[in-house]
Amino acid sequence: MTTRSDEADRLWAALGDPMRIRLLDLLLERGEATASTLAGALPITRQGVSKHLNVLERDGLVTAHRSGREVRYAVREERLDQARAALARTAGRWDTRLTAIKKMAEQAAKSGADR
Amino acid sequence: MAPDAIEREILIDAPPRVVWSIVTEAQHLAGWFSDEAEIDLRSGGRMLLTWRGHGTYAGRVETVDPPRLFAFRWQTREGELSDTNSTLVVMTLEAEETGTRLRVVESGFATLPWPGDARARYAEENSKGWLTELGELHDYVTRIVGASSGR
Repeated sequence: MTTRSDEADRLWAALGDPMRIRLLDLLLERGEATASTLAGALPITRQGVSKHLNVLERDGLVTAHRSGREVRYAVREERLDQARAALARTAGRWDTRLTAIKKMAEQAAKSGADR
Repeated sequence: MAPDAIEREILIDAPPRVVWSIVTEAQHLAGWFSDEAEIDLRSGGRMLLTWRGHGTYAGRVETVDPPRLFAFRWQTREGELSDTNSTLVVMTLEAEETGTRLRVVESGFATLPWPGDARARYAEENSKGWLTELGELHDYVTRIVGASSGR
């Protein structure tokens, strides 16, 4: 099986940026935060933070809710769980493949030695 | 390692040259990887991997260094094969007293294009930037998958 969905691709793309990973880490640490407070903890501008938060929100990794004049962001942990599960599935597929390689190689080595 | 990479390994009771032929030859690839396989085993060589019921996916041989290192890219979605629609598989074979240690790293799940030039700007921070939560991915994967492979 080789099917990888667009959904998974988008998830990986969203996670593929170190600054977005740092944003997620900060959000996980704080529970929720605004773009301004996040920018205060990172070496990029508030506009830069907002851009990354938009990507994360678009791909479902964070939620945004308005609180008075502020927009506060929080992590959707179930999406992170999906990323974990996708990696685990990939790892599982490789274990299956490696086990098949092992069987095939050991059989080939054995029949070669018998000849 | 980046959080979008998978690393697995296995110990095989066969010499590296035997393992090498299993991982690189079309007839064997069609046994452990796809249902049908074609491969032009040289750097830049084309691969065609067919899974019955799913279709044919293109691949490209990246590195051929027998019997130690075999690397290839394979397509994750339709279209011409490129670095942004494929993942990289690196297989290393290490001779051990009792056979061969075969290690595989598949990476690049997060290489799809995204807006701006932030990737280049922050590439430097990769090594220290990936923090706790996602850093745990590997431990997690190693734990649950490792349990079944007896590591």
